[in-house]
Amino acid sequence: MNDLYTASIAQVSSDADVLALQQKFNDGVLDVIAAIDVATVTLARKDIVDACHYLKGSCGYEQLIDLCGVDMSEYPEHDAHADRFYVVYHLLSVRCNKRIRLKVSLNEREWVDSVSEVWPTANWFEREAFEMYGIIFNHHPDLRRLLTDYGFDGHPMRKDFPVTGRTELFFDETQWRCVYRPNKVENRELTPKTWPGVDRG
Amino acid sequence: MAEIKNYTLNFGPQHPSAHGVLRLVLELDGEVVERAEPHIGLLHRGTEKLFEQKTYLQNVPYFDRLDYVSMMANEYAYALAVEKLLNLEVPKRAQYIRVMFAELTRILNHCLWLGAVALDIGAMTVFLYCFREREAIFDFYEEVSGARMHAAYFRPGGVAKDMPAGLSDKIRAFVNQFPTYIDEYETLLTENRIWKQRNVDVGIVDADAALAWGFTGPMLRGSGIAWDLRKMQPYDVYDKMDFDIPVGKTGDCYDRYLVRVEEMRQSNRIIHQCLDWLDANDGPIKPDDYRYTSPPRDLMKKDMEAMIHHFKYFSEGYHVPAGEVYAAVEHPKGEFGVYIVSDGSNKPYRMKVRASGFAHIEALDYMCRGHMIADVVTILGTQDIVFGEVDR
Repeated sequence: MNDLYTASIAQVSSDADVLALQQKFNDGVLDVIAAIDVATVTLARKDIVDACHYLKGSCGYEQLIDLCGVDMSEYPEHDAHADRFYVVYHLLSVRCNKRIRLKVSLNEREWVDSVSEVWPTANWFEREAFEMYGIIFNHHPDLRRLLTDYGFDGHPMRKDFPVTGRTELFFDETQWRCVYRPNKVENRELTPKTWPGVDRG
Repeated sequence: MAEIKNYTLNFGPQHPSAHGVLRLVLELDGEVVERAEPHIGLLHRGTEKLFEQKTYLQNVPYFDRLDYVSMMANEYAYALAVEKLLNLEVPKRAQYIRVMFAELTRILNHCLWLGAVALDIGAMTVFLYCFREREAIFDFYEEVSGARMHAAYFRPGGVAKDMPAGLSDKIRAFVNQFPTYIDEYETLLTENRIWKQRNVDVGIVDADAALAWGFTGPMLRGSGIAWDLRKMQPYDVYDKMDFDIPVGKTGDCYDRYLVRVEEMRQSNRIIHQCLDWLDANDGPIKPDDYRYTSPPRDLMKKDMEAMIHHFKYFSEGYHVPAGEVYAAVEHPKGEFGVYIVSDGSNKPYRMKVRASGFAHIEALDYMCRGHMIADVVTILGTQDIVFGEVDR
């Protein structure tokens, strides 16, 4: 058995790593929130790869568990001048049994450096964030669409992309092949979105 | 001299060993795989987009359809995430029921995995044996939720309804018998010469590579890392359960097979402990908070307020405080996590599903390089890929 990985049983707080990040990247750490589950650190875009190298090398976060984009444009009280997207990284340390969440914000037509040089698994997660939100990852080895159809146009998880999509696929008898045409399905909202305390008539 | 070029082969999406809809582009030098490029997304249904249009309760059935081989384990992660956001206390009985069904689901998943992998490699009988046991577990699913597969049974706050009378006896009869069934599978496979030739030293992943590629669950344990969320970051009543974590030594396909078979035995142990508790204790299975539960049926028929509440609960749903949370469970395939960003409304603002299979199949290229083409099927099988969760 590998005694390197006889992890401690209780989950450890990541506060020490947050402090270490603040000391190392003092201006790069924009915000620290103790979220319900783990500490959430918002980093400056330029520091993300260095911070990930540091967290992996010195703090024991061997695993990138998840990486995803979030489109904040329709979030209540979202400032129109603030950055539109977040990239959210969830890291896990198997050795020390702790988690941490990192965040980086950016706008359309801006880019963030890829962390696939730190964890090879970031490759596909970044491809997915690119295809779903149009977030550009600089130095990514292979930034292509991943889940949508070959030649798909648009970024479907953006809030301004309709749920019904923009095109529909059908089989054309005369051409004997599948063709796309503009979508005729109307967008229906079955259950309205509500907030507590709002008078709904 | 003739020019020798690599041969490119399309494996799937209609290949029976592709475990669903995988298109795998293989670059071959003779029979040796030089490069394997998975093309996923043929089962992409935009589930994450749909989550944002549905209330928290309406989202539960979508989780059954992610990894459609271990339905309740998916719901489990979602229920835990929403409970964390709501800061909801789950009644003890509901916790035990959930743990028990999560473990039944693990057996369900591993039975399908074992049967399908053995079939890919050429052992027909195991498949038939495994599906016999799956049928029994589907019956338990049906008794408890009304649906054989897509149960929608784990709800944020507890479970949909209590177990019907007599079900615990049936489950007990099953788990008493089940170890002998595992022995049957093992008689067919563990010392089988062909099975060993196809599995031993195939697809070796060492501990560092397994961590770097984001492996979780049996894939990580097969590489010798004793990591199990049920022990390390326990949720519900897993901290009261007595069970062991099997760990592999070399990190090949055979080790992962042994790990999964042992996990079935350990799940069986956990189910026994849950049954003992459930038979001795009674109690509520939903929180005593009307915001997050529907009213009792008989009250709804007599009381106007209860009827209005029932209608509002199932139409508008409940509001979840603004914030973000990530909750993960030890899914039969690995770490299955749900990341929710809530804006305080009745629908999630953003919900990301972290599927373990997504990271595993990404490493397919790494695991396949230098192997023979026949090993691709073994490696794909050992990853326990289900496209419902990979493509989402």
